[in-house]
Amino acid sequence: MTTRIVELRRGILKKNDELAAALRERYTAAGVLVLNLVSSPGAGKTAFLEWTLTELRKRGARVAALVGDLETDNDARRLAASGAPVRQINTHGICHLDAEMIGKHLDGWEGVALGGLDYLFIENVGNLVCPSSYDLGEGIRVVLLSVTEGEDKPLKYPTMFNSADAAVITKMDLAVPCGFDRWATLKNINEIRPGMRIFETSVKSGVGMEAWLGYLEEERKARNGAGRFWVI
Amino acid sequence: MHELSIVSSVVDTVTETVAAYPGARVKEVRLRVGALASVVVDSLEFCWGIATEGTALEGSRLVVNVLPVVMHCVPCGKDVELEGVQSFRCPKCGEPCLDLRQGRELEIDSIEIDEMDEAEEKI
Ligand SMILES: Nc1nc2c(ncn2[C@@H]2O[C@H](COP(=O)(O)OP(=O)(O)OP(=O)(O)O)[C@@H](O)[C@H]2O)c(=O)[nH]1
Ligand SMILES: [Mg+2]
Ligand SMILES: [Zn+2]
Repeated sequence: MTTRIVELRRGILKKNDELAAALRERYTAAGVLVLNLVSSPGAGKTAFLEWTLTELRKRGARVAALVGDLETDNDARRLAASGAPVRQINTHGICHLDAEMIGKHLDGWEGVALGGLDYLFIENVGNLVCPSSYDLGEGIRVVLLSVTEGEDKPLKYPTMFNSADAAVITKMDLAVPCGFDRWATLKNINEIRPGMRIFETSVKSGVGMEAWLGYLEEERKARNGAGRFWVI
Repeated sequence: MHELSIVSSVVDTVTETVAAYPGARVKEVRLRVGALASVVVDSLEFCWGIATEGTALEGSRLVVNVLPVVMHCVPCGKDVELEGVQSFRCPKCGEPCLDLRQGRELEIDSIEIDEMDEAEEKI
């Protein structure tokens, strides 16, 4: 017997990372801004997207959404009421979306071509742990956090908050009855991801939603500018 | 929560690798896992026995090397190691850190195998 050490140095999620990198190139080439929305179950992703899709459409933006769900198509039906094309990704018990699922659902999506979109929103499975490891090739990862779930969420799920590009605090209309400590929440987010853009919102009162739309517009323009640079 | 699928992926990769060494027995599998990889080391170990059963990895040991978060601090002009994952500030100067240099790794580092020698193979 001879003992031998074989060096592998291989990423365990390498396949997902490669697929995500290919998706990212496709999004950039198509000039579409892709956003991956993550949160714990019930933080308000679907409600936030219903509002966002409806409002963006009113303003003439071309939008679509992919929605991941463990078992049902309830969220897809809610989002489709906005009039935007929506495609359901049933994960059958898998606790996150991955790049392969996204690729499969983009291909053969009747009536939807990436090049014809300004924004593609992806509602991930409600889970603050596993989706943080799976890159979907998104341009912006948005983490949502509702006022009812505790100011220390960012400290409990640092991987997710550290990997996000923007944070949305939802259900601000419930802040007072819930005794929401706004200052502690902002501080905790800032400890985990210093300088991250934070939106304090409610789809019931509409507070903060205008700032969120402004951010989307800003980011899309910034990226398309960069995109044109590459095309030349 | 996806530890079992991670372990299964490790088993698949190692199985493919050892196929190049006929008759070899896997003794140890070493992983590098960043403190921000959102993987629970205990769960990996817990799944190991079940996931390796009936494979070339059966009876092997899983060794997980946890890597601390390393950020580049601009004011200090160097890479600094964070003590945990509760505050992304430079432990030396207190400035917020944005530039992650280590901590998200999730990889198979190496494996240790017992290879049959040629003489033994002939027997
Ligand atoms: N008061 C109030 N309730 C809200 C707000 N946003 C969402 N909700 C409520 O919160 C509950 C959960 O909202 P959803 O949008 O389904 O949450 P979700 O994150 O998509 O949930 P999952 O997909 O199951 O993870 C629903 O009852 C919503 O009506 C808000 O701004 N204010
Ligand atoms: Mg939902
Ligand atoms: Zn420093």
